[in-house]
Amino acid sequence: MQNNTFYNEVLTDHNLHPVHKYHLEGANFSLEGVNPSCGDDIVLSLKVEDGKIVDGAYEGDGCAISQASADMMLDLVIGKTKEEAERLADIFLRMIKGTITEEEKEELEEASILSDVSHMPARVKCAVLGWHTMQEMLEEV
Amino acid sequence: MTEKDQLIRKEFPILKNRNVIYLDNAATSQKPPCVIEASNRYYNMHNANPLRGLYELSVDATDAYENARKTVADFIGANRPEEIVFTRNASESLNLIAYSYARTFLKEGDEIICTIAEHHSNMLPWQQAAKATGAKLTYLYCEKDGTLTPEMLEEIISDNTKLVAVTQISNVFGRLNDIKGFAKVAHAHGALLVADGAQSVPHVPVDVQELDCDFLAFSGHKMFAPMGIGALYAKYDLLEKMPPFLYGGEMIEYVTTEGATYAEVPHKFEAGTVNVGGAVGLAEAIRFMQRFGWETIMKREDDLTSYAMEKMKKYPYVHIIGSEDPKEHHGIITFKLDGVHPHDIAAIFDEHGIAVRAGHHCAQPLMKYLGTLSTTRASLAFYNNKEDIDAFVETLVGIRKEMGYAE
Ligand SMILES: Cc1ncc(COP(=O)(O)O)c(C=O)c1O
Repeated sequence: MQNNTFYNEVLTDHNLHPVHKYHLEGANFSLEGVNPSCGDDIVLSLKVEDGKIVDGAYEGDGCAISQASADMMLDLVIGKTKEEAERLADIFLRMIKGTITEEEKEELEEASILSDVSHMPARVKCAVLGWHTMQEMLEEV
Repeated sequence: MTEKDQLIRKEFPILKNRNVIYLDNAATSQKPPCVIEASNRYYNMHNANPLRGLYELSVDATDAYENARKTVADFIGANRPEEIVFTRNASESLNLIAYSYARTFLKEGDEIICTIAEHHSNMLPWQQAAKATGAKLTYLYCEKDGTLTPEMLEEIISDNTKLVAVTQISNVFGRLNDIKGFAKVAHAHGALLVADGAQSVPHVPVDVQELDCDFLAFSGHKMFAPMGIGALYAKYDLLEKMPPFLYGGEMIEYVTTEGATYAEVPHKFEAGTVNVGGAVGLAEAIRFMQRFGWETIMKREDDLTSYAMEKMKKYPYVHIIGSEDPKEHHGIITFKLDGVHPHDIAAIFDEHGIAVRAGHHCAQPLMKYLGTLSTTRASLAFYNNKEDIDAFVETLVGIRKEMGYAE
């Protein structure tokens, strides 16, 4: 077995034991995101008060990357303002394109473990599913 | 590796050059040097625009192309070389039938039947032809293990049915369908039988006269030939009455500003400059297969399939799609692994240098019918060997652990 697997413990743990994967009561924003080509499917729900994400959760099915990415994203954005969350989404999406600085990468905390996806074109859609869904939702906030 | 393994491996340098365990042969096969050299030799020695020129080189190119047609015709037991139309691939062959035959001869009230187990390439052309003509498209459902029998067709066919489209070997189940039986039922109701040979022609002997199918579509690239060359077999009288599919150069007899008369079969279906290099490569791929022989090819693929399935069955969290019997798989092993998404499975195999396919295998309606979105598929060719299977199974049984499961 090789040790340099992309599927490290942080990733598999967020996939198998997600913190934010449940049905959120009282959410005021909810949106489904789908990757038709691979069948990844998440429903993201946020509770936003006075421009601040006070709680969030997701439900769905899909590969470990899509599910863990959504979980790590929620870790990061709960408690943040809409603008802060949008900024993080922008950094994450640029990380996947391979164009961020080390300082920016640090801001992504655990989510930064997905940076290698920039070399895995087939998995880009999985990694960005949650983030794209959130971006789209926040436009409505 | 046995001596025979080594002998065969020598024919596929890519497997050494890239240090890959290649188990995605149902998607495309690797190419032996003799095939690549045959195409090269054509370009180095005989290249000119065929069927056109009145000089020696062009005659050479024409001969190369028509000899390749003859090799393909003999290989699948066609009555005459003119029954082979060269196309780019199985998809184009199937579209040719749908555009030229179905759209011309079908009308409202007619019916097309295709099975739920078809590759999108043997389904979407019929959906579109049905829309265009007002014909009805009916699906023949297989059993959940992929079983399809002529009796099942008999249940739903009617005298309105004009076309029945069935894959000879499913790219998901690997099961060999009784095309001869389907053709008999179709013919008894005045319908034609379209066989998708994309997965069968590379792996089992196919004799179109014995099967009595009206059409057979297949791709060169899945049987050791270059990409971009495929074939459509059709009975000669059908080709005679079908209108051209694409219009342009090489497929005409006389052209005036008002119209044209068309070239003889099969050239009327081969508009524009054709792929001689590909056709020559396909003919060489056929000779390559014949040098090893069906007995060797089929026995190796069967033995390896059995070996792999036996090993896989020991693990309760591995579920093989389709028949329990390895003989019904023809090298195609589609499976699910509890708790791990196929895309992650394929990615982990890739980390171990093993190429397998994950996803819907271009059969989304079938996946839906089987109650799943996607699966993983390992598919063999006769150049694979036991070491490949050992590595495959070893990686497979480690995947759940790698994904964080205790066992
Ligand atoms: C059963 C079947 N039919 C048709 C096709 C289409 O072949 P091609 O992509 O070469 O046109 C495939 C290839 O994946 C196949 O497996």
